[in-house]
Amino acid sequence: MSENRGAFSQRSQQMRRPPLGRGPLGGPGPMGMGTGEKARDFKKTMATLFKYLKPYRVSLIIALFLAIASTVFVIIGPKLLGNATTKLFEGLVGKIMNVPGAGIDFGYIGNILLLLVTLYVISAVFSYIMGYIMTSVAVKVTYDLRKKIAEKINRLPIKYFDNKPFGEVLSHVTNDVDLISNTLNQSMFQIVTSIATIIGVLIMMFTISWIMALVALFIVPISMMLVMLIIRRSQKYFRQQQDFLGHINGHVEEMYAGHNVMRAFNGEEKSIQKFDGMNGELYKSSWKAQFFSGIMMPMMMFIGNLGYVVMCILGGILVIQKTIQVGDILAFTQYIRFFTQPLAQAANMINILQSTAAAAERIFEFLGEKEEVPEPAKPVAIPNLSGAVAFRNIFFGYNPAKTIINNFSADILPGQKIAIVGPTGAGKTTIVKLLMRFYDVNQGAILVDGVDIRELRRQEHRGTFGMVLQDTWLFNSTIRENIRYGRLTATDEEVYTAAKTAYVDQFVHALPGGYDMVLNEESSNISQGQKQLLTIARAVLANPKILILDEATSSVDTRTEILIQKAMENLMKGRTTFIIAHRLSTIRNADLILVMKDGEIVEQGNHRGLLEARGFYASLYNSQFETTAADVGQG
Amino acid sequence: MLKLIKSLKPFTWAIIFIFILLLGQAMSDLTLPDLMSRIINVGIQQNGIENVAPTAIRSSEMSKVLLFVNSTDKSIITNDYQLLDKNSLSATDYDNYVKLYPDLANGPIYKLNTTDGSEISRLNTIFAKPILIVSYIESGAADAALGQQIPAGVDPFVVLAQLPPAQLETILRRADSMIASLPESVIRQGAVSYLATEYRAIGIDLNQMQIGYMVRIGGFMLLLTLASIVCSISVGFLAAKVAAGFGRDTRRKIFAKVENYSNSEFDKFSTASLITRSTNDIQQIQLVLVFMLRIVFYAPIMGIGGIIKALGQDASMSWIIAAAVMALLAMLGIVFVIAIPKFRIIQKYVDKLNLVTREMLTGLMVVRAFNTQKVEEAKFEKANVDLTKTTLFINRIMVFLMPMIMLLMNAVILLIVWVGAHQIDAGSMQLGNMIAFMQYSIQIIMSFLMLTMVFVMMPRAAVSAQRISEVLETEPSIRDPEKPVTFPAGVKGLVEFQNVGFKYPGADDYILNGISFTALPGQTTAIVGGTGSGKTTLINLIPRFYDVTEGNILINHTDIRAVTQHDLRDKIGYIPQKASLFSGTLESNIAYGNDNLHDGEVIKAAEIAQLMDYVVSSEKGFDTPVAQGAANLSGGQKQRLSIARALAKRPEIYIFDDAFSAIDFKTDAALRKALKSETGNSTVLIVAQRINTVMNADQIIVLEHGLVVGQGTHKDLMNNCKVYQELALSQLSMEELA
Repeated sequence: MSENRGAFSQRSQQMRRPPLGRGPLGGPGPMGMGTGEKARDFKKTMATLFKYLKPYRVSLIIALFLAIASTVFVIIGPKLLGNATTKLFEGLVGKIMNVPGAGIDFGYIGNILLLLVTLYVISAVFSYIMGYIMTSVAVKVTYDLRKKIAEKINRLPIKYFDNKPFGEVLSHVTNDVDLISNTLNQSMFQIVTSIATIIGVLIMMFTISWIMALVALFIVPISMMLVMLIIRRSQKYFRQQQDFLGHINGHVEEMYAGHNVMRAFNGEEKSIQKFDGMNGELYKSSWKAQFFSGIMMPMMMFIGNLGYVVMCILGGILVIQKTIQVGDILAFTQYIRFFTQPLAQAANMINILQSTAAAAERIFEFLGEKEEVPEPAKPVAIPNLSGAVAFRNIFFGYNPAKTIINNFSADILPGQKIAIVGPTGAGKTTIVKLLMRFYDVNQGAILVDGVDIRELRRQEHRGTFGMVLQDTWLFNSTIRENIRYGRLTATDEEVYTAAKTAYVDQFVHALPGGYDMVLNEESSNISQGQKQLLTIARAVLANPKILILDEATSSVDTRTEILIQKAMENLMKGRTTFIIAHRLSTIRNADLILVMKDGEIVEQGNHRGLLEARGFYASLYNSQFETTAADVGQG
Repeated sequence: MLKLIKSLKPFTWAIIFIFILLLGQAMSDLTLPDLMSRIINVGIQQNGIENVAPTAIRSSEMSKVLLFVNSTDKSIITNDYQLLDKNSLSATDYDNYVKLYPDLANGPIYKLNTTDGSEISRLNTIFAKPILIVSYIESGAADAALGQQIPAGVDPFVVLAQLPPAQLETILRRADSMIASLPESVIRQGAVSYLATEYRAIGIDLNQMQIGYMVRIGGFMLLLTLASIVCSISVGFLAAKVAAGFGRDTRRKIFAKVENYSNSEFDKFSTASLITRSTNDIQQIQLVLVFMLRIVFYAPIMGIGGIIKALGQDASMSWIIAAAVMALLAMLGIVFVIAIPKFRIIQKYVDKLNLVTREMLTGLMVVRAFNTQKVEEAKFEKANVDLTKTTLFINRIMVFLMPMIMLLMNAVILLIVWVGAHQIDAGSMQLGNMIAFMQYSIQIIMSFLMLTMVFVMMPRAAVSAQRISEVLETEPSIRDPEKPVTFPAGVKGLVEFQNVGFKYPGADDYILNGISFTALPGQTTAIVGGTGSGKTTLINLIPRFYDVTEGNILINHTDIRAVTQHDLRDKIGYIPQKASLFSGTLESNIAYGNDNLHDGEVIKAAEIAQLMDYVVSSEKGFDTPVAQGAANLSGGQKQRLSIARALAKRPEIYIFDDAFSAIDFKTDAALRKALKSETGNSTVLIVAQRINTVMNADQIIVLEHGLVVGQGTHKDLMNNCKVYQELALSQLSMEELA
């Protein structure tokens, strides 16, 4: 990935939500309490997510059992250890008191320790198996979701992507899916084990001493309140920090992107001044956010220590009164630590769950989007297509409320050339999109050889068209494979022939590796003109009956432009062609000119007829080719 | 990297303070287990009796004890104790004392008369053995203790008191040698249990004493806990301030630096990379810095402190800690050695998955046009499977870590209990010390665990730090001269290129070579040529976005490198190919080059740039907001706004870099007419793709491969310049060119 894309995708990611701050070992780190966004319908989303987990329910139940079992085993530990300590203490006291036959009962202690070793080992094994199962499930669910999203991309109507930035879809595949994966992998069972720990510890504490247990319980509301207090604070500052970070990033991007202009207008001082203002604000919110999120851990540690001390004093007093044993103090000091840990993480976990739900909701929404109109039940096939195209009273608008093509009709004979002209941004590609059935007309029909294109199978219909657009699309593979993309079954020989027709062969041999040269990820290792020739070769190989060409060759040098022109002429021979025209010669030779302005077809006819009509075409033509511009300096 | 570390200099004191606070926190945290061990050892086991030296002892008992004390020690004891006797005390004193020691009514009592810690500990050693001997004799083990038959029914002390000093001495020595074989803790415990009986006899409330001791130690623990959190919150506060401050300062340094970069540095780093370095990288460092300030200092302090403390409890068990730490490091080492290379592979697969998805999205139409959805899905499937497999592998290793670490810690505890139990049995350790040792071991292991996390984090932070340092260490290649001159008055806007050659820094080939021409005020000079011929490069040399490699560029007969960049750019109105506008309003953009613009001038610039239609049709007029990247304006509007901005500056030299491409033809014509009158006496340089744009220029310079291949008017060039003809023919038909 280029740094460029990296930078921007990272930024958009940040804008949408703060980094989750997973710790280096994969666990949620201490910084993990950002301003988590929330799902609109938490329950429904979770229900859907659980549906995805259904195939794994046996594994999940086993994992759940293992999680609880492993927790329980660990929780038994301190109590048994306490017993061993008590025994140790009793033996010792007896010995000092010179009680006859007194001594430390190593047999008893040894047995307890052996039992504990067994428990701990089993617990570790269970915990590992649980982790193993969960990570397998998480990874498989992730794989499934990604696959579904990828397939969905190909089934959605192109229209869907009009309002949906690619970055967002991309973030479904990466960020959103990752978040779900992480939650399944860690947080979900962390919640289970936390609950099991709290309940288990409570039971153990009550069996030892109800007084001490009750005192320990006091810690819960205190720590909860503290946590809530801190979180509310820190979230506020986190949001602020995120905002100011956004502002400052925006300013930096703007200034770096417009560096030349900034310099040309001596804007350095002004820019730095603005930056300083933002930077100061960022600093203020940043340290506060950092500080408040940072005191979470010490606070919880403080509560833990407080509990520890209280348990020591209270336990000591109770021991004197012979209510509990010495070992019980030890057990309690350990339980109190078990107890505060899940409480400290509770807030974090809620945040994680919420952002997971939000991510899942975005994915499910995407997967639930309406797909392309289904294929006709009885598709018509056209053998030996001639290439006649007819528009019959078509109406169309990207937004149904605002039609931009109103009652347009035209008959095009096989082999004719249709030029589409108009200023930049006039919507010249609309016709292309309708022809290819990327969009369906609102009313009327487009016919190919007299057949409504909606009665054809989409695949078959699109197969009769060849498309060479200005926005060349090549992928990260060899030149040969990129050409072969036009017809996957083509032999190497056929690829070379097509390459010759499209003048690719001429430059390919000068490239390192020739046809085997791998285009890099941005296809920036060949020139724009060469890219265009490659897409022409691809269309040649596809050998379509009907062609759609974009003549625009804005960033191509003169010589290559001539090659492209020639290659296009080769390609057009004997085919019905729709050309997004920029060249006068093309326009004048066209059988039909469609003039577009602001998205609408405003005029149609041939060159002579349109000039005589003295309409938009005439003024367009005149302004471009007659008013000479460089009078500018002649005043 | 050094520069970056130097940036921390203003925070030196804060960092030192953080270190001290962390030290304080660690001391508090480390003292807690120690105190807990005292609660168990003294509070519970010794009934709250801290010292072997009695605080009060009946005179009768004292005389028994003194039997076994040599004469020097005896005098120390008599010095430190005060005899309380009913007869010699005043009435009020007696009333006070009898409350404390009810047995005073029955006989005189010795009271400890010093609070000096060292004196008491001296007394402790003096008293320990004699008290133990006395307690043995009293418990009926006199024979064993003295190695001498004492007749039944006879008070052994009376017998002993009557013995001649020499005989007493031998008995004493024998008892001493017997006791010497006992471990210190047993002596102590024995003495303390004697004291408990004695205190009870005096009538001291032992229960209250015990609870009082616990509350005292407990209170001390609470204070320490409080101290610990105060330290830790202060550290958090300082660390947050230092990190955020460091972030702020570094961010500013980088930004200010980059603002003065020339295009060469932008090319070197790429704009996107500079953005990441100024934003994300700094944010990264800031996060890591907080973590470092809090953990990296704390972990070693805790680790070392824990080791010292643990050794203080009992050195003989230290091998357990060493073994545990080794086991931990070995475990982490193995996992990381297996996992870290895979992490890199995962990153590669994630990139691949991103790439494939991106290709699917950017190629939406092409994919459907060629019906190759299945091909794309297969590509995605491969990337997905690769990623899934590797992730699964890594995760299965990583989930191994947590249970193992837990198991290790638990094993350490069990081992300590087992070994500790034997030590206690042998009397070389007390129960409380064992428990404290346990807690120190856990603290030590935890600090090692924290340190390894730091090592995992470090490489990532180091990359960011490196990237930031690179910017800080790169000086702008174009700087103002040390003694700048000013432009002479009189001439306005005369641009001369004298044999200019240019190549990009580090490149082998010249982009421009031997370029010489003069652009006169009041005239239009056009530069044409194919893509890559060097047109834009040429005009970028005028505002010094780059410096010439050879030759000179003069403005008003002055070399542009001799004046300040500020003065130079004041003379130039630059309209770039891609209209870069800044967020703000229409007005703020027009007035960007000239803050002191009055409304009339803004309107005039907008009128000439054909922008008034838009301004008038917008609800907020000139206050219409311009979004970042001017996303709310069309391409044509952006270019017109960019032209208005240059016009508002009223410069001597205009540079249009293919600036009309997005403006529709009709507006274009109107714009040109208006521009003609405005730019009257200025020098106009136009770079153009379209021949028709330049046909009427006073001078056309034709570039190819960085060389001037034609210079003259349209007519001249049509006759004598092949490149120009070719260019023209590809765009226009013969009759139009005539």
